[in-house]
This record gives sequence, C-alpha cells and structure tokens, in this order.
Amino acid sequence: MKAIWTITKRELVAYFTSPVAYVFLVIFLLLTGFFTFTAGNFFERGEASLAAFFGWHPWLYLVLVPAVGMRVWAEERRSGTIELLLTMPVATWQAIVAKFLASWIFLAVALVLTFPAVITVNILGEPDNGIIFAGYLGSFFLAGAYLAITCMTSAMTRNQVVAFIVSVVICLFFILAGFNPVTDLLSRWANPAVVDTVAAFSVVTHFDGFQRGVIDTRDLIFFLSLIGFTLFATGVIIRGHRAG
Amino acid sequence: MIKIENLVKAFGPKRAVDDISFSVERGEVLGFLGPNGAGKSTTMRMITGFMPPSAGKITVGGFDVAESPIEAKRLIGYLPENAASYPDMTVEGFLKFAAELRGLGGAAKKKAVRRVIDLCFLDSVLRQSIDTLSKGYKHRTCLAQALIHDPQVLIMDEPTDGLDPNQKHEVRNLIRELGANKAIIFSTHILEEVDAACSRAIIIDRGKIVANGTPEELRNMSELAGAVTLQARGASAERLATLGRVEKINGAFRIYPRDKSQVGQLAQEVVELVNLHGWKVEGMYSERGELDEVFRRITLPDTVRK
Repeated sequence: MKAIWTITKRELVAYFTSPVAYVFLVIFLLLTGFFTFTAGNFFERGEASLAAFFGWHPWLYLVLVPAVGMRVWAEERRSGTIELLLTMPVATWQAIVAKFLASWIFLAVALVLTFPAVITVNILGEPDNGIIFAGYLGSFFLAGAYLAITCMTSAMTRNQVVAFIVSVVICLFFILAGFNPVTDLLSRWANPAVVDTVAAFSVVTHFDGFQRGVIDTRDLIFFLSLIGFTLFATGVIIRGHRAG
Repeated sequence: MIKIENLVKAFGPKRAVDDISFSVERGEVLGFLGPNGAGKSTTMRMITGFMPPSAGKITVGGFDVAESPIEAKRLIGYLPENAASYPDMTVEGFLKFAAELRGLGGAAKKKAVRRVIDLCFLDSVLRQSIDTLSKGYKHRTCLAQALIHDPQVLIMDEPTDGLDPNQKHEVRNLIRELGANKAIIFSTHILEEVDAACSRAIIIDRGKIVANGTPEELRNMSELAGAVTLQARGASAERLATLGRVEKINGAFRIYPRDKSQVGQLAQEVVELVNLHGWKVEGMYSERGELDEVFRRITLPDTVRK
C-alpha cells in the first residue's frame, strides 16, 4: 500500500511540475465552458441543471483523457525507467494501480475546477444538487474508464502518439456502441436483443443514468469492471514484453 | 549470494542466454564481459527480476527470484543500462523516491539519502532536475539510487559507459571498495576494468559462458603468450617449424612456443635460426598474452577465426 502511494505521489508531482499539466487544465476548462454555454445552449434551455455540461463529457474526454494517459507507460518504456521501477521491491500490479490512480486524481482535479458551473447554476436557479453530484460521480468514473483504456494502449507501445490514437479509437467504439444514430442504424437490420447487448457495452448508456441523478450499482459495476479488466490487460501486456 | 543454474532466455527462436550457470559470493566482484548482444544485459535483467527466465533458476541471498521476487529484489541494488532515471525529478527527489520505494522512511530515509550523496559526490547538483545533468552526474545519480538501501547484492550494467577517464577511475575505485562486503556483478566491454576492479571475470559470447576465472587465469589462456612473429625475406615455414607450431599471417610467420617453459627462449632461438640461414629480417616482435587478445580470440565468430 505504501509502495502504491509512493509511486502515485511521484507521478502526481511529475504532472504538476510539467507545464503540460497546466495547459491541459486550461484547455479542459475552456472547452467545458464553451460546450456548456455556447454549444450546449445553457441559457436558452431555461432549466436549472447541468445537463448541458455533462452531456458533452463523453466526447470531451475522448480527446482529453488519452492525452493525459498516453505517457503513463509509453514514456517509461521509451526512457527505460520501467526497468528501474519494476526492479524495485514493488509488484507489477502495484505499479499499474499507482500510475492509474495518479492520472485519475489529476483528472479529478480538472473536474473539481469546473465548480464555477455549479455556482452559476445555483445562482441562476434552484437546481437539484443531488443530480449534479451524481453527474460529477458519473463523469469521474467515465474518465476513469477512458483512462484505464489509455493505460492499456500506453503499455502496448513506446510511442505516445500511437498510444493516443489507439486509445481514441477504442474509446470511440465505447461511445458509438450506445450513440443514438448508431443504435438506430443497427436496429434496422439486427433484432432488439443484439442492439441492447451492443448498447450495454457503451459508456454513454451507463453514463446516462448518472446524468439523470440515478446512481445505479449496475452502472458502477460496469465502469469498475471496465477499469479492472483493462488494468489487468495492462499487466498482461507488460509481463508479455518482459517475457519476450 | 547469487546463484544461477542453467539459465536460459529465448526470444522466439533466438537463444539470447543459453544454459549458463555461475555463482557469486559476498566479497567478490564479478566482471561480466562479452561483445555487444552476447546476453550480458539479458542475464542481468533476469537476475534483477525484470525479465522472467525461459528456463533455469536464480537465487539471490537464498530467495528464488521467480518465486519470491519482492524479497529477492529487496537485497539487490541495480544500475540499469544507460542509467535510466526520471528526467523531470530533481536529484534529491529521485533519491528520496528510491529510498521510499525501498521502504525507508523518516530519519532512516534522510540518513540513507545523505550517505549516497556523499558516496557519489552529488552535493553540488542536489536541487537540479535530472535532465539538466551531464552524463557523468546522471550516471552517478542512478548509481546512488542503486546504493540507497546499502544492498548486499549490486548489479550494474556498464557502470562506466560514457564517463570520462577520471570518472571511470572513481567508479572503479568505488566498485572495488564496495566489493569488500557485497556480491557485485558488473558488465563492461572495457577490458582494463577487469584488472582494475574485478576479482573474477566471466566472458560470455552468444549466450554461452566461454571463460570463467581470475584476470590472471584468463590472461594465461592466451595462446599468443610468448609467441614470436617474424617477417623476413627468405624465411621458410619448414625450418621455423623445428622451434614450434608455425602459422602464416600476411606473409609473416608466427611461431608459438611448444610449452610455456619455452616462452623466454623462443625469441632467442628464432634469432639464431635467422642468422644461420641469412634471412633478411623486416620485422620481428614478441607477442604478450593480453586480455583483449583472449577476449577477441574466444568471442570472434568461427568464420572470422582462422
């Protein structure tokens, strides 16, 4: 446990000592602001909710989360520090979890910094803050799922750009499986059971509940098992490289 | 301390390490020699638990590296190839990080960091980030990391690579000092380091151990020791063959002593023979047995060897 915290701490410090982290935070906040107030028609909606805010998160994270996570393992492999890290008295899974946690905490910080949106909506009206809290929780898990996928692709290559592109493609699949235009298209020739099964794999389907203020254990289990599975796969990939 | 039995590492059809066995005791400094790609780094990566072996067994301080990797890793300090370290960290931060991962905290951590800073002369760069350091300092920072928990076993992959002659000298002295109460393995392809720092050396080629002994023993393996090379007009191989085995090299003859007792006299005998037949000498030299000759002779591919 202590080893995990030591590595997590190092990774977090590494994030915040690099200017890239601040650039990321600024871009993230600008984009959430733009999507919420301009593209999301926050004011025209006439409702005291953050639906316009959370609705964009699956798409926003599609680009931003892989950008945060792409270096996690690719950089260790490229610079050879992976050899240093994994010859320390630390189990591989501990290193994987620690690095994932650090990036997840970083994303949580980015998410927390969107608090002015909450203040705005509370000034303008009387929103249900429980729904907003559920939305934040869902958004946090959504980011975690994308991040775990990115960790996995990052372990596959020593090239960060490749890791970025592959994780965007995989995350896009997890969005599109439940994206309305796609499910509509699918339902024209497949039977509803197939459409539902495919949609059940989508992060959008599971994120919807949170947006409506419902914290469903099935949705939590979906995100946690997606994270668990991809981190396990990360371990297999890393072990595979070392086994030759 | 370190025991390696029938170690094999295969990458696909290629056997990078092919059935090697050796052991290193406390107080020994083992030089690991071999051409590039001979399997030195791969062997070290297996000892440190970074790579699982395809077959064979490694025990470090009684712990099987495959079965109890964490316990084995605790005993080992490792300096990886190219001294990889996190470029964004400061030297001090990096050493503290290493100390914490080694389970040191509080006063013990402070003391350990202080000790390696003094040992590796890092005082002047403590607050500098690692990517601004010169190669020598980077190397020493990584070495300090390997020494932070005062390990019983020290594994170093080319510890003097890229250092200037003064730094090489320092590192060699450090290795020799540390070797008094640790088991040390370090790889190199600089042969003078074997004389400077090792109590024993292993030469490895294409995954196999081809020589194992003290530097002195290795030198004696040189068949060239005491041989005489003669370039002379009119010389004939048949006449020279009365003194010992003769080999023709680019128009010159190399005469090998029949046995080691002949070594001192061979040159004199050749001179007498030259005078007797009136050959015109263009060049003549006595060969000395040298480590690099032994190294080259046993590690050259068969096709190159005459």
